[in-house]
Amino acid sequence: MRSYLWYLARRFGQFVLVVFVGINIVFFVTHATPIDPVEQAISSATQFGQSDPRAVEIMRKALRELYGLDGSIWQQYLTFWRRLATGDFGPSLSAFPTSVSTLIGQALPWTAGLLSTSTLVAWCVGNFMGGLAGYYRKNRLLKGLGIVATGLQPIPSYIMSLVVLILFGYLWPILPISGGVEMNIHPGFTFSFLGSVAAHSLLPVLSLALITIGAWFVGMRSLVSNIVAEDYVVYAELAGVDRHKILTSYVMRNALAPQLTGLALSLGGIFNGAIITEVVFGYPGLGTLLVRGVNSGDYSLVLGIASISIIAVATAVFAIDLLYPLLDPRVKVR
Amino acid sequence: MEEAALSVQNLRAYYVTGHFGMQREVRAVDDVSLSVRKNEIYGIAGESSCGKSTFIKTVAAAIRPPLRVLGGSIKYSFLDRDLYDLDERKLADIRWNHLSFIPQGSMNVLNPVRRIRESFQDFAFPHMGLGRSEFFDVVNRHLERLQLSPSILSAFPHELSGGMRQRVAIALATVCRPEFIIADEPTTALDVVVQKDVLALILETQREIGSSMIFVTHDLTVHANISNRLGIMYAGRLIEEGPTREIFHDPLHPYSRHLVASLPRIGDLTPKIALTGAPPNLAQPPSGCRFHPRCPLATDLCRQASPELTTLSSGRRVACYAVASAPATRPMTNDRMTNDKFKSF
Amino acid sequence: MLKVLRDLFRHNREFAAGSILVLIVLGIVVASFFSPYPPLDSYVVPPDIPPSWDHLLGTNSRGQDVFWQVAVAMRNSLLFGISVALISRVIALVIGLVSGYVGGMVDRVLMSINDTFVVIPLFPILTLFYFMMHDHMSWVVLAVAMASLGWPYDARLIRSIALSLRNREFTTQSIFSGMSTRQILMEEHLPYVLPIVFSTTLNNINWSIGLEVTLSVIGLTNIETPTIGTMIYWANQHTAMVAGIWWWVLAPVATVIMMFIGLFLLSVSMNEFIDPRTRLARMGA
Repeated sequence: MRSYLWYLARRFGQFVLVVFVGINIVFFVTHATPIDPVEQAISSATQFGQSDPRAVEIMRKALRELYGLDGSIWQQYLTFWRRLATGDFGPSLSAFPTSVSTLIGQALPWTAGLLSTSTLVAWCVGNFMGGLAGYYRKNRLLKGLGIVATGLQPIPSYIMSLVVLILFGYLWPILPISGGVEMNIHPGFTFSFLGSVAAHSLLPVLSLALITIGAWFVGMRSLVSNIVAEDYVVYAELAGVDRHKILTSYVMRNALAPQLTGLALSLGGIFNGAIITEVVFGYPGLGTLLVRGVNSGDYSLVLGIASISIIAVATAVFAIDLLYPLLDPRVKVR
Repeated sequence: MEEAALSVQNLRAYYVTGHFGMQREVRAVDDVSLSVRKNEIYGIAGESSCGKSTFIKTVAAAIRPPLRVLGGSIKYSFLDRDLYDLDERKLADIRWNHLSFIPQGSMNVLNPVRRIRESFQDFAFPHMGLGRSEFFDVVNRHLERLQLSPSILSAFPHELSGGMRQRVAIALATVCRPEFIIADEPTTALDVVVQKDVLALILETQREIGSSMIFVTHDLTVHANISNRLGIMYAGRLIEEGPTREIFHDPLHPYSRHLVASLPRIGDLTPKIALTGAPPNLAQPPSGCRFHPRCPLATDLCRQASPELTTLSSGRRVACYAVASAPATRPMTNDRMTNDKFKSF
Repeated sequence: MLKVLRDLFRHNREFAAGSILVLIVLGIVVASFFSPYPPLDSYVVPPDIPPSWDHLLGTNSRGQDVFWQVAVAMRNSLLFGISVALISRVIALVIGLVSGYVGGMVDRVLMSINDTFVVIPLFPILTLFYFMMHDHMSWVVLAVAMASLGWPYDARLIRSIALSLRNREFTTQSIFSGMSTRQILMEEHLPYVLPIVFSTTLNNINWSIGLEVTLSVIGLTNIETPTIGTMIYWANQHTAMVAGIWWWVLAPVATVIMMFIGLFLLSVSMNEFIDPRTRLARMGA
């Protein structure tokens, strides 16, 4: 029990470190770079027609305060953390006067749904098939799947989404390729609404799952082909333990813990893939919002999404860390 | 003569590997014949990589590629057929019920993510034909007999000490009361005190169940304590066989003599002579007798022909031209050595 | 060395397939030096011609020959990938070797930081970075930014090898013979680590090209430099798929996918060749 608490404490420490380092990188990027977001916003606001220099000065002052760019660098740093802690990134410039946190709050569930569904599907299917492939090495079908998985593994998310989009958008248009739900349906727990959500999520989920499934497949296959040589598997075979039981409870079961660690480690990358896929399919999540923010010069929005992304991923990783002891009783070793 | 519990005839098992287009053969077990009597503990000794582990893997039907059985027969008294004529299912049936295996002490044979209770369930439950509560009654009684508390059933393997884990493995291997037990270095890697306990435990269990056993270890002092008869292997062949006491008393094969002479004895201050050379590469074994490059008695005959394992008038068997042709010459007899000395190692 | 390559080619299907794919792409890259058109000029050929003998992969709506565009774009993308991989390799090597060799507190601190960088999602940060750079964003700046974020996976791998080297006899020997830590790391440990570093370099090139493509397509890089990403960006700007000019999109996508799979297969076979455990497994299978 004590070792479990100690484990939890260490994982929580890592969580805090991720958030701390990530947010500091964000702060560094915003302050060590040549562009002043205030001047940027002013120049884009004043590029059409003449403006009163006094009004510009007032605007500059207001923006400085709005962006938390008042005072010395230390004051700005503290303001930054304070705003983060209260979740207050101010109003969005491109969707004024809606606040950035509202926009993010609307987008986050879409991203979370997309990410969790595709990750769950890919992790389960990839590990299961990869486990079979590692155990039944001679099976033709599984060998073929292995080649496909190896081919899928290095394809980056953007290219994969594009290929899926071309396949199902232009060559065989059967599924919606854009948006999160049909425009004219009222949100609610109705069959048509949920059905539309599901239909719109199919292609993004498919392309996201395709990217990661290969990695889980190949990883699990090589883990399993090492585990089948472990003493406890050889001994169980020697004892005539049921083959299915050996495959599930002895071989695959022991590969799950390292694969869960793998999931925690690759979650940042999967998140990148998810928001890129959203951009391709115009899915109403954080990715689409992020690109909209960049294109409309919305400093608060981009900053807010970058910060929230770091916190969200760190939290998800911490949640996976909490699950880990369920899979591996030897938790204090690590 | 009564029927043997296990009889092995002319067994050949090779490792056949192909890598980057090259075929390679390692003759780990080459033409071995022996039989194990009922209720007997048959010891197999020899240095590492002499083929003893491969031999028991073959006898336990636990071969995997690249190891292959190329010839010979293996017959158990509880089977009407050769071991390698059985299909997968029948093989699974006889395992643990009739034929079980005590693994090396250094191995983690217990699934790290499963409690001991589940291991017992996986290994023994399907073989016993009992209801769940009856089954665990049997397991509990068996554990108590082996001086293990039934409470360890709810533990994970990593929560037990090395000695405990080995006891659990022995309990696991014997709970179905098998007729034949194969023990592969069960005491290696345990510290000496635990080793003694575990050895006593194995001996007691074997007597209680009345099973026959092959016991493999490189440690001759262990053999002196446990084996009734002893077979000595060298480079994939059985080179000498006889009652353990007699081999210790009067080893015949030059290699056995070296093995026995190298044992430490209380009060013996003579320096031990190391055998020159190294064990042969089994991918390219030497011609003739495989021991001849290291043998002080080697003749031209030994370099050309391989000596058969011949039965002497005493009933012992040895594969050596020098010994078989001149049974009277027995240098290096260790008169001072009696079996009693080993009893108290 | 040549013999090893030939044996690998003959008996390792991944290596054979991977090297063929990479060689094709390299061929295209080399061809780019003989391009008949300056890569940045537009309207040098009639626009929107489907693939034909005159224009192997057709021409695009900006009046450029797609084949020569792909060649130049692939060259730039590959160069970019290699630069990122090389810079991040230096960081990964220093952190991995020091962490593994020094051990103790230093190791724990470095690996915590390492795990932190593994977890942090890079894409939003790089987007923010572009947002703060805009026109100052150049090829070199992006390469350095990505390299300084893309090292942690391999640092951990290198550290685990360094950790095992630390306890070997020759390390003790070197310490007794009075070599400095820097000397031991550079002269004794580096040669052991390099083969694995080479295999991860191939994967890192893939990773960098992939991320560059993504950023470019969304328009978050300097879109004037022709790369695979910017090529797709311009195709999207001209709605090439809707207009039916599919070769404009398909050519760069297919080329870069060949590159990805080729490099990946090479690194897989490389790993297999280095790792004695998988070598044994292959012998057994």
